[in-house]
Amino acid sequence: MKLLSRKATCNSHGQDSSYFLGWQEYEKNPYDVVQNPSGIIQMGLAENQLSFDLLESWLANNPDPAIFKRDGQSIFRELALFQDYHGLPAFKNALVEFMAEIRGNRVSFDPKKLVLTAGATSANETLMFCLAEPGEAFLLPTPYYPGFDRDLKWRTGVEIVPIHCSSTNSFRVTESALEEAYEAAKKRNLKVKGVLVTNPSNPLGTTLSLDELNLLVSFISLKNIHLISDEIYSGTVFSSPEFVSVMEILNKKKYSADVELWNRVHIVYSLSKDLGLPGFRVGAIYSNDEMVVSAATKMSSFGLVSSQTQYLLSAMLSDKKFTRNYISENQKRLKQRQEKLISGFRSAGISCLESNAGLFCWVDMRHLLSSNTFDAEMELWKKIVYDVGLNISPGSSCHCSEPGWFRVCFANMSAETLTLAIQRIKDFAELTVASSSRRSHQSMKNSRRRSLTKWVFRLSFDGREPDERIQLQIISY
Amino acid sequence: MLSRKATLNLHGQDNSYFLGWEEYEKNPYDDHHNPTGIIQMGLAENQLSFDIIESWLATNPHTTGFHRNGNSLFKELALFQDYRGLPAFKSELADLMAEIRENKVVFDPGRLVLTAGSTSANEILMFCLAEPGEAFLLPTPYYPGFDRDLKWRPGVEIVPIHCSSSNEFRITKSALEEAYRHAESRNLSVKGVLVTNPSNPLGTSLSRGELNHLISFAIAKEIHLVSDEIYSGTVFDSPRFISLTQAVIDRNLKDTDLWGRIHIIYSLSKDLGLPGFRVGTIYSNNETLLAAATKMSSFGLVSSQTQHLLSCILADKKFRRSYININKKRIKRRKEILVAGLLSAGIRCLKSNAGLFCWADMRHLLSANTLEAEMELWKKILYQVGLNISPGSSCHCTEPGWFRICFANMPEEAISLSLKRIKAFVDGIRTSHRRLGQSLVL
Repeated sequence: MKLLSRKATCNSHGQDSSYFLGWQEYEKNPYDVVQNPSGIIQMGLAENQLSFDLLESWLANNPDPAIFKRDGQSIFRELALFQDYHGLPAFKNALVEFMAEIRGNRVSFDPKKLVLTAGATSANETLMFCLAEPGEAFLLPTPYYPGFDRDLKWRTGVEIVPIHCSSTNSFRVTESALEEAYEAAKKRNLKVKGVLVTNPSNPLGTTLSLDELNLLVSFISLKNIHLISDEIYSGTVFSSPEFVSVMEILNKKKYSADVELWNRVHIVYSLSKDLGLPGFRVGAIYSNDEMVVSAATKMSSFGLVSSQTQYLLSAMLSDKKFTRNYISENQKRLKQRQEKLISGFRSAGISCLESNAGLFCWVDMRHLLSSNTFDAEMELWKKIVYDVGLNISPGSSCHCSEPGWFRVCFANMSAETLTLAIQRIKDFAELTVASSSRRSHQSMKNSRRRSLTKWVFRLSFDGREPDERIQLQIISY
Repeated sequence: MLSRKATLNLHGQDNSYFLGWEEYEKNPYDDHHNPTGIIQMGLAENQLSFDIIESWLATNPHTTGFHRNGNSLFKELALFQDYRGLPAFKSELADLMAEIRENKVVFDPGRLVLTAGSTSANEILMFCLAEPGEAFLLPTPYYPGFDRDLKWRPGVEIVPIHCSSSNEFRITKSALEEAYRHAESRNLSVKGVLVTNPSNPLGTSLSRGELNHLISFAIAKEIHLVSDEIYSGTVFDSPRFISLTQAVIDRNLKDTDLWGRIHIIYSLSKDLGLPGFRVGTIYSNNETLLAAATKMSSFGLVSSQTQHLLSCILADKKFRRSYININKKRIKRRKEILVAGLLSAGIRCLKSNAGLFCWADMRHLLSANTLEAEMELWKKILYQVGLNISPGSSCHCTEPGWFRICFANMPEEAISLSLKRIKAFVDGIRTSHRRLGQSLVL
């Protein structure tokens, strides 16, 4: 008899991906400024460590919520017993207001339509259980967060069909890419139940444009399917364009009376990125569909948020003066960090996708590949992890269809560590360029056609003259 | 538009267990504001020992404030989302579990998986041990929540092992065999047996004989044995609690295949009375299972804030020992009040030594020996008497007339009031039966 289930023994938890393997390597040899200065710097974890001081100072000035006190009275008993899957009302009220504030109060949320879950990980999985049967599919634009392979597929049996996005148009979602994905699913006999986007995007760090949002809403309207917008990074938008939530599109005249459509748009949120509290396990599903709210609420039994944590955060998020200041100061700091990373990498001859959000940059290292293949990407990735000592995430782990792109996080370390990381990559890039230019001289002598193809490829996105090919490798924007 | 899971009633929440809860919420008893309201006796909570924990918190205020030895732990905890769990917490939890078993069993913190409550733990085990459509055998009566936790999303079937009042609902060898044959006749592949020890709703701990039957059965059929020991800290009377692990060790089966098929569930929701904090755990010696369950716990991790607080509380060994003892004494006292009170109303309870409830025999109050009559009686007790108790049918009991009555989730005066109400109700029935010329057999 087979002892354990297929789910327990197969690898569809997705954790054999390089995303997780890099993490493991980091754990074996983690950088520490004093104890291990030559260790691996973790740049593969999208954490926000920039604004803890703001949270800590709030806690120091407001000690009662952490010690189970409300208005001077102990509410320990009440919290210890509170396991209502409808969630602590004060917390849900504060959370929806926080979500509205992040969206400039251009949308408002009804706490009754919010379901609390143990993190966005739980929220996304729960939505799959509610919206799709095993074997049905959701379309996701690539590149996407590697964790989705586990969260959306593993226990639910749902399939992910990619919507291919490419660097030719800065990885924007296009109508043809949507249609192509839908057809690809059809060919595989997969019934498409919806589209799931992350907005702002992980790993791109960009917010969806108005065009993309309109396109998505009209697509799901036409196909009569769901749209899930994982807005976990919504509070990290630090420069223009302004964040536009999918809910704002629905508010438009064209859709405002379309109840069926409203019922098919769902938002996922979490405090893990904006507030930097992944350990507290706070996620949420927001839906206009009563049945989804009802089913998801019951399913949240399998991942409720600790009442101790709900209470603490309800007090913090109810402090509007604090939240207003936190949101703006946090965004300022993120912007500063992003700019530091971008300029540092630029001086190493490495460009990043232009971004206005997130805790990471989407970095173009195609010119450092030995060939335009995923094998070469893995080869480069290993060099960067083991030789350079930076754990960054290769685009293939995010299902990017073009080799050579990497996600590099910038908000989970000190400024000094980032400086060191930039220095390391600079040294590496210089070495690589030097050796590959020697190689390419050789290969030019040996095989003109092969190198011609390479230059043509570079030309297609760089638009530079063949004479500048040596310079191309050193400075590509 | 939505999945079957979302639209059908597979969550099991149309069961009277949940319906009674809803009715209570519409009209909840409160000694000041609503003295004629429904008294909640359907919720197995432990409210008897909060004062002990509260006084510990008052004398150790630093533990809630993210500090340790003057240093701030906030950032460390805020970032801690490692599904392997906070080492300090797992270590204390393993110690607590051992202490509850009088240190006859030792637990390795490395073999503990933390989950958001035992609700999550049980579901994860099903995902790991069975395919959709496969089955687990459960002795009846069982906790109504299992219909949701084991079946809903994992798609596992529950096949009952019928237990009867003729032998105090003990699990027999023939009942096990019959359940297995029944599953076979339904073309269901049996992957294991799940027991709750001590039992909910019976309030009894499994005897050595029962444990041995289960072990022999699991060996013969080569299946898993899951023991939900969530009430293990509530054993207030003899016989002593024998955990499944201990029973297996006592039979020298530690180095056999069976050892990798024994899995224990625990939680702090009952013993410590902290259901709001969502702390559950799976313990297993099966490395493959542990690896999978650990990854699955991503969908229901315990808040790091909570893990830290509890690791501090549980690390105080003196406090822990004294809490366990005082808590048991209080549970015992409450149970005795309920049992005596019910007896004076002519209602007997199954002899119990654990749990937060009694299994009450109200068969003599039924108008007929049927499930319909049980429902009729339940509704009367809910709406007329104003007590939300759980009918045996909601626990899949095969004999009508048994009810689970909780006693640890209310102040003492509420228990007294509930006993008065039930006595008045029974006296009322007696009077009307006398009028009708019927004799009431007590």
